[in-house]
Amino acid sequence: MEVFVVSLLNGLVYGMLLFMLASGLTLILSMMGVLNFAHASAYMLGAYFAYTVSLYVGFWPALIIAPLLCGLIGAGIEMYGLRQVHRHGHIPELLFTFGVALIIEKVVQMTWGLIPVPYRIPTELDFPLFTIYGTQFPAYRAFMLLISALMFLIIWLGLTRTRIGLIVQASLTHPDMVGALGHNVPRVFTMVFAAGTALAGLAGVIGGNYRVTDPGMAFSMGPIVFVVVIFGGLGSLTGCFIAAIMMGLIQTFAVVLDYSLADLLEVFGVIVTKATPGAEFLMVSLPRIGALLPFILLVLILMLRPRGLMGTRDT
Amino acid sequence: MSPITLLRRHWMWLAVLVLMFAIPFAFYDWSRGRHSGFALTLMSQMALMAVFALSYNMLMGQAGLLSFGHAILFGIGAYFTAHTLNFVKANDILWLPAELIPLAGGVGGLLCGTLAGYVATKQRATAFAMITLGLGELFTASALMFMTFFGGEGGITTNRVIGSSLFGFTYSSAWQVYCLLVVWAMIAAILMYLQTQTPLGRIANAARDNYERTQFVGYDPRVVRYWQFILSGFFAGIAGGLYTLVYEIVTFDTLAAVQSANGLLAAYIGGAAGFFGPVLGAVVVVGLQSGISLYTSAWLVYIGVLFIVIVMYAPGGLIGIIGVHAPIVRMGRMRELVVPYARVLAPGAVMMLGFVTFVELANHLTIGAARGKKLALLGVPLDSSSLLPWIIGVAMMLGGALWLRVEGRGFRLRWNALIEDAKARGIVA
Repeated sequence: MEVFVVSLLNGLVYGMLLFMLASGLTLILSMMGVLNFAHASAYMLGAYFAYTVSLYVGFWPALIIAPLLCGLIGAGIEMYGLRQVHRHGHIPELLFTFGVALIIEKVVQMTWGLIPVPYRIPTELDFPLFTIYGTQFPAYRAFMLLISALMFLIIWLGLTRTRIGLIVQASLTHPDMVGALGHNVPRVFTMVFAAGTALAGLAGVIGGNYRVTDPGMAFSMGPIVFVVVIFGGLGSLTGCFIAAIMMGLIQTFAVVLDYSLADLLEVFGVIVTKATPGAEFLMVSLPRIGALLPFILLVLILMLRPRGLMGTRDT
Repeated sequence: MSPITLLRRHWMWLAVLVLMFAIPFAFYDWSRGRHSGFALTLMSQMALMAVFALSYNMLMGQAGLLSFGHAILFGIGAYFTAHTLNFVKANDILWLPAELIPLAGGVGGLLCGTLAGYVATKQRATAFAMITLGLGELFTASALMFMTFFGGEGGITTNRVIGSSLFGFTYSSAWQVYCLLVVWAMIAAILMYLQTQTPLGRIANAARDNYERTQFVGYDPRVVRYWQFILSGFFAGIAGGLYTLVYEIVTFDTLAAVQSANGLLAAYIGGAAGFFGPVLGAVVVVGLQSGISLYTSAWLVYIGVLFIVIVMYAPGGLIGIIGVHAPIVRMGRMRELVVPYARVLAPGAVMMLGFVTFVELANHLTIGAARGKKLALLGVPLDSSSLLPWIIGVAMMLGGALWLRVEGRGFRLRWNALIEDAKARGIVA
């Protein structure tokens, strides 16, 4: 029970972090059809910007400034890069973001060095919030939950209750019609791209000090975010939310449940030893395949149900 | 077809073959009677990357399938070859001449392609790309998990000297291995070229361009994709087998995402539309990786920027840039472009030099200085802690860009006039 509750909370925190990253990508992907490889790079940039900014003015201003910087960079990438490439088709667009991700990784290495930077959680939040079954729950994790829940609320309200949100929603499914009605669809694209990048930056600000801020963080996070987006389905924020929480929980629980197929067979009276055929495969424990599970799910869902959990169209 | 027409049409192949055998002798150490190890390794790497990039292009260029996990086919081929070598050496049951060892890699790639392809080719376009991405991650993680086949982080070591040969070579010297590699790379490339001429290759093109209409004509695009994937796996596996022969060790890096990205970069930078594009791309990418990385640790920035420039301004790749000149060459008016080119290249060179200065300064400030290295560019020592070189670098970059903009306009006018002329004469449609 103790393990269950603690893992549930940790899984929620990780899942919400994933959601912040994935929500922007879902909007970009479903609207513009661009599979943005540079999205996780924005997450990394967010963390590094926050580190640098917080050195001078502290964590709280960084919480605002870093995502804004990321949003600006996103707008720049969209206006001067993606829009140029757009006429060549979808694959060059994707490759363009892939190249941007490569360059951003190297630029980060050149600016902040190869080793992780000491980006720490602010001292105001560095205390245990409550103790559950003898395990302390840090206040910073609660803060992360709060920020991401607020973000979810704002996006949801913004998309469903405002005029801009309605135009964005309409552009998701009928970009030509929206353009015909006199709205500036390219500008909507730029805005969504910038907003999505800023969200990824925000995830970096609050995730960078929770996890680790090093030049490899984009490439370790990127594929998982893709999994969440594809799993949740194109054009559906709710699906994205469910998928993110699911991935967060799966990955967290996989780490604490130390079982393998061999243990399962033992319940049925089959004892697996080193001599059993396929023993190596059977004795792999769950924590070791934890990182693999999202990709197995990705491949399965794309094979069997390419529109994802709640998607409105095929990937 | 008479040999003369065959030669006239396919002189490129012969030229490449001659070059492959001639270039190592340019680096030959005559005083000691030895080949340069670096040149041989570099050329081997280029040749096997060319095979890998060509096999990648069977998916991307030929069938329009963007794969992010192509290295799994390469890696499995490499592992298969290593295990075959070890098996042949340890047992007498199987007699296999060293010349046929890369085939083991091909078989490995074929099997892996049959399995992974079944999963991946169920979808096309973005979904296909995502499945291959997932498969790539799965294979990489499995390679670290299952020791018996993949050998964990240490990988599988092997020995290419197995004592059996069709022609009596031992393959203990690097030169003999290089010759074997060149022959295999040529065979693989020719087979891949012939494959583009088969009905399967043509239908793959059709399914790439318009898969709905292909269905109407009566072909199942899924089956086409599947076959194309399997065959591509065979050739990627051969490239992996050649890798094993050259390096005699196979680690999980061979099937990781970086290797997949290398295949993609080579195929796209070279040009996915023409058959020879990936070969050119492999030479350029490997050359940049091995050549420039000797001088600077920032080589990834240069490759990334080159890649982005190609994606943005020349989606046909390097081979496409060469190709657009064909009508002007045919008119015999290339001479008129010499001056415009010189006028564009000058600001381009200034801009590039400024960019390189800037990147190197930034790189030195954070990474190089910590390792106690001194920075020098074209023999000029630079001090990354003072402001002056930074200003010069940025000024050259921005000034060059502005100058290039001005000159570019004049160049485009001249270019358009020439192309219009070619159109008027019916040389280009």
